[in-house]
Amino acid sequence: MLYEEFVGRRSEAVKNLVERGAVRKFAEAIAEESPLYVDEGAARGSRYGRLLAPPTFPRTFDYGRIEGLELPTAGLIHGEFRISYERPLLVGEELRCGMQLKQSYDKQSRRGLLGFLVFERTGESLEGERVFTTNDIVVVTEAVRRGIAV
Amino acid sequence: MSAPAWEIGEKLEERTLPPIDRVQLIKYAGASGDYNPIHLTDDAATEAGLPGVIAHGMLTGATMGLLFSPHLEYGYVKTFRSRFSGMVFLGDTLRVGGRATEVEEAADGVLHVFDVYARRGEDTVASGEVGFLVYGD
Repeated sequence: MLYEEFVGRRSEAVKNLVERGAVRKFAEAIAEESPLYVDEGAARGSRYGRLLAPPTFPRTFDYGRIEGLELPTAGLIHGEFRISYERPLLVGEELRCGMQLKQSYDKQSRRGLLGFLVFERTGESLEGERVFTTNDIVVVTEAVRRGIAV
Repeated sequence: MSAPAWEIGEKLEERTLPPIDRVQLIKYAGASGDYNPIHLTDDAATEAGLPGVIAHGMLTGATMGLLFSPHLEYGYVKTFRSRFSGMVFLGDTLRVGGRATEVEEAADGVLHVFDVYARRGEDTVASGEVGFLVYGD
């Protein structure tokens, strides 16, 4: 299994700000049209009282580094992304974000031996309340694996 | 307008998105911080064995979330899952859509669960599941 010794290890959490300009650029890039992401007046009059961040925005945060874990910079395949919120994410909040390598497993496929890495990322308020949890599955092909010293 | 409610099996109105162009990929790279060159330059894509630059999987994923934007006054995307099953190239026109599969009572409202997809012609390039929470009050 790839990176087996890193399974269960966590990064040191990093503070992130849900910044208004960053949300606006992200909303524009995904062609998002709801005013609740970008128009402060509309957001103030909504049930949230503040601007929202798009569901996949936490992808942009810094989650720190798992010490010693060096993934290849090219050729990785993003197989799946999942996110689950405890409540909506709002512009202007500060979060403490961290990550963990949850799982590593191999599967034989028609295209050779595939490695699967499951990363969990979390965002918590500065008071320690969980806001969201994400899971990413990263696929390492046999060709990429050959380039990793394992 | 009143709070939305979906019957199981009910379809979301399918949306056809503008064709993917390089400017959008550059914008998404900047907005997401994902500067992997296979999304930006032809040379890097060719070197990686691809016929041309490909869109970020997470950009395709994010576009499936757009299905719920008209309903944000009443609730929010509480859970979101996207599986990437095909590559998206410059000029591709994607359609996103979905269908209600479950309705669950939740602490603060009703959670409507949907199967969602992004397709190019008949090819599904991403599929997933969205849980949209409609507040009870």
